[in-house]
Amino acid sequence: MASPPLRPRRRFRQPSVIPGFGLTLGYTLTCLSLIVLLPLAALVVRASGLGLSGIWEVATDPRVASALRVSFGISALAALTASLFGFLVAWVLTRYDFPGRRLVDAVVDLPFALPTAVAGIALASLYAPNGLVGEQLAKLGIQAAYTPVGIYIAMVFIGLPFAVRTVQPLIVEIDKEIEEASATLGAGRFHTLTRVVLPPLIPAVLTGFALAFARGVGEYGSIIFIAGNLPYVSEIAPLLIVIKLSEFDYGGACAIATIMLGISFVTLLAINLIQAWSRRRFGYV
Amino acid sequence: MKGSTAIRVENLSKTFDTAAVLHDLSLDVRAGELLALLGPSGSGKTTLLRIIAGLDFPDRGRIVFGAEDATRLPVQQRAVGFVFQHYALFKHMSVADNIAYGLNARKRADRPSKVEIKRRVGDLLDLIKLSGFADRYPSQLSGGQRQRIALARALAVEPRVLLLDEPFGALDAQVRKDLRRWLREIHDRTGQTTIFVTHDQDEALELSDRVAVLSRGRLEQIGTPDEVQEAPVSATVLKFLGDTIEVEAIAQGGQVRVDGRLTPVAAPPGLVGPVKLYARPWQLQFAESHEAHLHGTVRSSYRSQGRQRIEVDRPEGKTVVVEASDTARLPAGRPVGLRILAGHVFAG
Repeated sequence: MASPPLRPRRRFRQPSVIPGFGLTLGYTLTCLSLIVLLPLAALVVRASGLGLSGIWEVATDPRVASALRVSFGISALAALTASLFGFLVAWVLTRYDFPGRRLVDAVVDLPFALPTAVAGIALASLYAPNGLVGEQLAKLGIQAAYTPVGIYIAMVFIGLPFAVRTVQPLIVEIDKEIEEASATLGAGRFHTLTRVVLPPLIPAVLTGFALAFARGVGEYGSIIFIAGNLPYVSEIAPLLIVIKLSEFDYGGACAIATIMLGISFVTLLAINLIQAWSRRRFGYV
Repeated sequence: MKGSTAIRVENLSKTFDTAAVLHDLSLDVRAGELLALLGPSGSGKTTLLRIIAGLDFPDRGRIVFGAEDATRLPVQQRAVGFVFQHYALFKHMSVADNIAYGLNARKRADRPSKVEIKRRVGDLLDLIKLSGFADRYPSQLSGGQRQRIALARALAVEPRVLLLDEPFGALDAQVRKDLRRWLREIHDRTGQTTIFVTHDQDEALELSDRVAVLSRGRLEQIGTPDEVQEAPVSATVLKFLGDTIEVEAIAQGGQVRVDGRLTPVAAPPGLVGPVKLYARPWQLQFAESHEAHLHGTVRSSYRSQGRQRIEVDRPEGKTVVVEASDTARLPAGRPVGLRILAGHVFAG
């Protein structure tokens, strides 16, 4: 008796020896929905109560628009700075050995661990015109605290560990032989650095930038103490949401939040696309 | 220029931390030759190669390229081609960019034109028989192909000497064999002075014009594959070039006796008294008890490539391996006598 031929069937699930696919996928989707998607959806629903024209009105309000500009503009600038300095920190921490290296390595994580309000107070007192650093800056005619410069400083501070920790593992993995090969082929140190060592690190640097940027946009606690919160000048969008909430303008708060959500989403999508491209171009090919 | 000295290594010493890696090592490399640096791990052969390349620097001694003292010359200016065991290709560059790297890295005045570079890359890809692979990336290639790309990349800068560090070490047996033959061909065609490091005596003997046997940071012997095999200068060289059987013997008047019986092996003049006789597995023959030098019982045997290898337990506890033609199989437990047909004698 011939057994019926096995008919290939398109299946949702790929055959695998690892059990529990249904259970784990269900669990993942449930958690993701409850923790991430549901609150975001509620936000959008609440904001949509205003209608598209209502949201547009909120977005074009000069105070809101300038707060959004401050939040996203300074975040981008701060993330750029954090990426640059974070890269240098990661480079020094992995490529060289010096006394206290492990201590410095641990210090990098402090902005992760510190409550943001503590960081905010520390930064504010340091950069205030009568503070340790602020005093010196004031002599140079720079006022850091209570201006956009203060926001920038706080955002660099909280973004730095992201930039360091994303590139560090890749710098560790740089193969010494690659550099030696480059040298035997006659390339000088600078050529080796720019053509051989750095290009494979670009995707990781971009990841660090994206994380620092996202953190900067969402940051509240450490900024409000040092920002001075002057409307049209140094007021960040999250603070404006809090202000709207305290005025019981829930619709307005949700509208600003939705706009921030949209801009963040588009920005991160763009960064991801650049990253995918750079990954194809520079690494893991 | 062929046959003249291309590289002279003079009294090289190198110590890492506290462990000495090279002791007062001197060596001449002739122009156009394929020289193998053969030695067990820890013999200092890779360190020697890296010092010649300029990737490491000696504590004492000199490296002379032709007439130029290169001891303190930075690696970039030495014009050497170096091939690493694990290829060290640039993963983010295409095959063509990898090969062109050394040319593109030159200062603008010395850099060939784009057309010229492209032509050279094409020629090298033909040489390594990977013509259609210019736009691939290293991760899309097999180990053997990657190593060929690495070789082409090193050849592209027209180095004074090509240095290969265990070039076939990471490849499987069949690919190794093919690549060996192919490297020999390339060498014959280009006449490039080449030094390669290996711990595989077969590889060294098959491939090289001359073999330098290194042991514990010293040069034991340098010579053609025939010279080192027929006239090893020490037991170390002999043992490293293949399986050996070690037998206690007595030398007297140029003759060597084992167990009181005369052997056909001649003792070097001046060597008298208890000595060690070393024979290869194929330099022994089964013999009747009354003319045998050694006695024992068969432990096991196996056949491979038309030959038979028999393990024989000797009464004092040592096991010797004998190689014989693949005819009559000997059952385990059979007592046998062994006669020494040839060998080398060194002071015990």
